[in-house]
Amino acid sequence: MTPLPVPTTGPSQEPRSFRHPGPPTGSADASSGTVRRAPVIQGTVIADRVYRLTLVFFALCIPALLLLIFVVVGSAGWPALHHFGFSFLTSSAWDPVNGLFGAAPAIVGTVLTSVIALVVATPLALGGAIFLSEFSPSWLRQPLSFLVDLLAAVPSVVYGVWGMFFFLPLLRTSVMPFLRDTLHLGATPFFSGPIYGPSVLAAGLILAIMVLPYIAAVSREVLVAVPRSQREAALALGATRWETIAGAVIPYARTGIIGGVILGLGRALGETMAVTMLIGNRHELSASLLAPGYTMASLIANEFTEATTDLHKATLMAVGFVLFVMTLVVNAIARLLVRRVSEVRV
Amino acid sequence: MTDLAELRNEARPPTAVSSSGPVMAVQTMGLNAYFGDTHAVRDVTLDIPPNEVTAIIGPSGCGKSTLLRCLNRMHETVPRARVEGSVLLHEQDIYADDVDPITLRRHVGMVFQRPTPFPTMSIRDNVAAGLCVQPERALSRRQVDEVVERALCEAALWDEVKDRLRTSATGISGGQQQRLCIARALATSPHVLLLDEPTASLDPMSTQKIEELVYELRRTMTVVIVTHNMQQAARVSDRTVFMLSGEMVEAAPTRDMFTTPGDPRTEAYITGRFG
Repeated sequence: MTPLPVPTTGPSQEPRSFRHPGPPTGSADASSGTVRRAPVIQGTVIADRVYRLTLVFFALCIPALLLLIFVVVGSAGWPALHHFGFSFLTSSAWDPVNGLFGAAPAIVGTVLTSVIALVVATPLALGGAIFLSEFSPSWLRQPLSFLVDLLAAVPSVVYGVWGMFFFLPLLRTSVMPFLRDTLHLGATPFFSGPIYGPSVLAAGLILAIMVLPYIAAVSREVLVAVPRSQREAALALGATRWETIAGAVIPYARTGIIGGVILGLGRALGETMAVTMLIGNRHELSASLLAPGYTMASLIANEFTEATTDLHKATLMAVGFVLFVMTLVVNAIARLLVRRVSEVRV
Repeated sequence: MTDLAELRNEARPPTAVSSSGPVMAVQTMGLNAYFGDTHAVRDVTLDIPPNEVTAIIGPSGCGKSTLLRCLNRMHETVPRARVEGSVLLHEQDIYADDVDPITLRRHVGMVFQRPTPFPTMSIRDNVAAGLCVQPERALSRRQVDEVVERALCEAALWDEVKDRLRTSATGISGGQQQRLCIARALATSPHVLLLDEPTASLDPMSTQKIEELVYELRRTMTVVIVTHNMQQAARVSDRTVFMLSGEMVEAAPTRDMFTTPGDPRTEAYITGRFG
């Protein structure tokens, strides 16, 4: 390599000046240039400060709103929580006349329906997302994605009506007898007992349909976002199309996929209308998924107009508070899970 | 199906001699590659001798990467891409109907411009990734560990990562990640290794390590390296191919190409008059 030319230093070098150099064609006489005044560099730009303060205010509004809901719902429900103590969470009593309330059936029902929804919806949604991102011919991709998104836009009550007049009869006459008798799942406590139709299972399945588009849409987007270099790296090793997807694409996208499932879970926990129409609304703890049950959201929706005593009202607020806290806890756990999964594995 | 697996057991360097001279590791004949309407590689006929390093040089967009990607049939994985002509790997047409590109790619390894470790896998699992997709070679855990160690040693990375094989592959430097990708390609003992500007995103020290590595690899395999860096081609390769606008201008022993180029366009490029 040729060495870089070293600038020569010596008496011949001109002293550095801050004068503006004249035009390149002009004479080298530096004294002919105009002397510029020093630029003003003190002072700050006010607009930037205003802008920042405005954004800080907006950003703080969100946690403030959350805190407000937490405090209001918590304080309104406090009399009931205080009155029943810890047994509020474990008791299945519900006697408005004598003022005995317990939230256990609703809590269990909320958890069960959400779990059923996720167990059923996740594989379906993921399969659909993989098809859309990896296998679908391009002319089919756009309309199919649109239909999946449309599934999310159907109002909850429409799902409820559809569930009552189409889905429930179908479950009652074929799906439930098939599960209980043909597959002999009736031998386990989870599918035993009489078949009514409205049940935890029915609510869970309608929830599965409702959360499916959320999981599918998010999963599809994160799968599409996996860089082509990852796919090519796997293909260049001699991986088949399926090995490329299972070994490189899905692992790369798994944090996002879990995020989609959490989004679905959030919707399942709080969904009210369709569940209320299909779950049977009964305060009873039953191991059987074929038996009617309750969720916290449908309990509040059903009883708010009928709550006459202060304790009854406070109880419904307390149920709302429990649901709120549970949603926060589930989201926190899910976030930790995402962090664990995406963390460096040691 | 053509049994490419048999190639693995062939003695190296190949001793088989056909009527037209020694068997070429790779030959292209009238190779044309397209992206939709774009004609990226134009009628390239090229012989790549075994156990040598062949460098493909040329300005950006001249089709050198595309030519490389035709050699392991990666080009066709891009939508609307197509290939005409033929490519022979040890005298077998890799574009024949009975050749599965999946099988082919297990014999023709590839390393890309940017390091592409699988981020969710450990260093060990990254190197073993190519073994796991070869069901016909079900290996025990111990055998896999041996292959991983051999590949990492060949890629001159073993000493740097031997104590952290179970940690994430994204926790090492860019240069180490690129050598990890080379180790991953070497683990399956390919016949031909394709390197697509492997040092383009690396610092000079890492570049030097990879160049030394490439120089060593010719003892056990045929290496084809695409580079935009002429000094690199001069340092590591036995033969150099110069491409311009999709056409192969000249292919010659590297020493001849850089001292007495046969084509005025080659001379103009290597003396830095354009590029």
